[in-house]
Amino acid sequence: MFESLSDGLQSAFKSLRGKGKLTEANMRDGLKLVEQSMLEADVSYSVVQSFMQHVTEKATGRRVLMSLRPGEELVKIVYDELVEILGPVDSSLHLKSDGITVIMMCGLQGSGKTTTCGKLSQLLKEENIKPLLVAADLQRPAAIEQLRVIGRQLDVPVYAEDGASDPVKVCQAGVKQAQQEGARVVILDTAGRLAIDKELMDQLARIDKRVKPDQVYLVVDGMTGQDAVNSAGAFNEALELDGVVMTKLDGDARGGALLSVKHVTGVPIKFIGTGEHFDALEPFRPEGMTGRILQM
Amino acid sequence: NDGRLVEDEFLGELFARLVRTDMGAGPAGRIRDDVATKFRGRKVEMEDILATIRDQVEAMLTQESAELSMADEGPTVILVVGVNGSGKTTSIAKLANRLTQEGNRVVLGAGDTFRAAAVEQLTIWSQRIGCEIVTGKPESDPASVAFATVQKAVDDNFDVAIVDTAGRLQTQTHLMQQLDKIRRVIGKPVPSAPHEVLLVLDATAGQNAISQARGFSEAAGCTGIVLSKLDGSAKGGVVIPIREQFELPVKFIGLGEGIDDMAAFDAPMFSQALFSDSLGKPE
Ligand SMILES: Nc1nc2c(ncn2[C@@H]2O[C@H](COP(=O)(O)OP(=O)(O)OP(=O)(O)O)[C@@H](O)[C@H]2O)c(=O)[nH]1
Ligand SMILES: Nc1nc2c(ncn2[C@@H]2O[C@H](COP(=O)(O)OP(=O)(O)OP(=O)(O)O)[C@@H](O)[C@H]2O)c(=O)[nH]1
Ligand SMILES: [K+]
Ligand SMILES: [Mg+2]
Ligand SMILES: [Mg+2]
Repeated sequence: MFESLSDGLQSAFKSLRGKGKLTEANMRDGLKLVEQSMLEADVSYSVVQSFMQHVTEKATGRRVLMSLRPGEELVKIVYDELVEILGPVDSSLHLKSDGITVIMMCGLQGSGKTTTCGKLSQLLKEENIKPLLVAADLQRPAAIEQLRVIGRQLDVPVYAEDGASDPVKVCQAGVKQAQQEGARVVILDTAGRLAIDKELMDQLARIDKRVKPDQVYLVVDGMTGQDAVNSAGAFNEALELDGVVMTKLDGDARGGALLSVKHVTGVPIKFIGTGEHFDALEPFRPEGMTGRILQM
Repeated sequence: NDGRLVEDEFLGELFARLVRTDMGAGPAGRIRDDVATKFRGRKVEMEDILATIRDQVEAMLTQESAELSMADEGPTVILVVGVNGSGKTTSIAKLANRLTQEGNRVVLGAGDTFRAAAVEQLTIWSQRIGCEIVTGKPESDPASVAFATVQKAVDDNFDVAIVDTAGRLQTQTHLMQQLDKIRRVIGKPVPSAPHEVLLVLDATAGQNAISQARGFSEAAGCTGIVLSKLDGSAKGGVVIPIREQFELPVKFIGLGEGIDDMAAFDAPMFSQALFSDSLGKPE
């Protein structure tokens, strides 16, 4: 394999030098490499297909600048297109100027929801905004305790009811508690669930309907594969998401699932998680992510 | 009905079905090209082609034995490793439950001293199962907890010790070295330990699982895989290239969050579910 997609494209376009125009025929090998690279980065198949079609249309007929090699030209087109698709940038939590803003975290099991609740709390505290965490995961053993530990570590209040069985009620009570405590932001830590688990997806929709969170964020594991289109699609259908956080990007995962998630939900990508500590949360940057997905 | 003509559209559709399993574009491309060589211009049924591929995958993933290797004498020591959130702690609970029901005395080691409430999580499971657990103080050295667990297993005649570890990414050199240290200290009370080093892979993971298999095998000498979260719509096809590249059999699959939601890996069942829209749960 090539060191990077750019090297591969350079080589695929050797024959094209000096010809001056990108055509469907002379781009074929180069586009194959782009497609292969995106699939290896875990972009979902259907998303890759529509992206390739789009890029082909965009590039066909484009005059290759004499100063640029055709490979570079195609890389640039692909790169710019991905940056545009992954954008626009919006890392704002859209806090209300008046009253309490409720943020709900949701996602598959183990994606990083509870940890991200802590990271968001840290972010708010840095801006002197008081958050309150609500332990709405009544399922996983010690999930409540995990959130309590995080609350203690950050000195952030946690609303939890030991032995509770209805997360809707816990969330409602948590919001009331926030009013009493003068917290400006409530973050709901919901249980992980499978997108095909109808009962639990209905439960999430009930929380959404009864508690009416202002922002609903899907937390997606950066290592996710092809199934990202299905799961993100299902969460978006059940909840109307407002944003996405992709975690565990401190490793060597290329994170192509983010493109799939963006494609099916259309909502802004808010942050990326780059570690287990509370400060390991970065505002999303499409350029960095594009470089990572294309490995260039 | 005399089938469909094998041409570009057919081959593209086949490629899509293959890629969606997470087996990777490389293996999927090779299978597609193979089908093209054999059948291009002829008429076939997609289902027949898929059935043949299923058989090949099944043959490749079929293994001599998916049994845990147990110590000839003294306690069997199982170390469980993997990236963050893959399902290690839950898989340990399922495994401990299974072994306990088979009549073994099991002790768990709460070797994740880092993540918030990781010890509490494993403790709750040990109470539900009714097995012993060894815990250290938060932030204490995981190797010392692992050592204490295995030592207790020797002293009190336990049949099995299962040691949990904190989630880590295979790129974190320092944390990967820590696994090597854990391996070494558990070999002191029981020289043949660990008898199993199970890598827990999340079935929803894509191609990064290959890097996980490589990194954890190098650092911790993995002996088998637990493929968790196979109850979702993800197919876990990345174990196919992993099997091709590393000598790592899949031993168990995770099929839910409950204590009984684990099954021995079954190559026919796994292969059958690859191209189906069903949940992949056993009937
Ligand atoms: N390396 C790394 N680990 C992370 C990141 N975010 C979360 N984690 C780890 O991932 C694991 C799972 O995180 P949790 O926050 O418990 O995930 P969750 O989605 O709340 O899990 P459930 O509640 O069980 O569904 C933990 O070990 C976290 O420390 C990240 O950005 N990088
Ligand atoms: N649906 C489903 N969920 C699972 C399965 N195995 C584990 N989980 C869930 O996945 C989440 C993470 O599981 P854990 O066992 O805590 O994972 P871990 O690898 O120990 O996580 P860290 O210690 O934080 O790295 C929890 O919500 C589990 O209930 C499975 O087979 N199916
Ligand atoms: K499945
Ligand atoms: Mg959680
Ligand atoms: Mg754990």
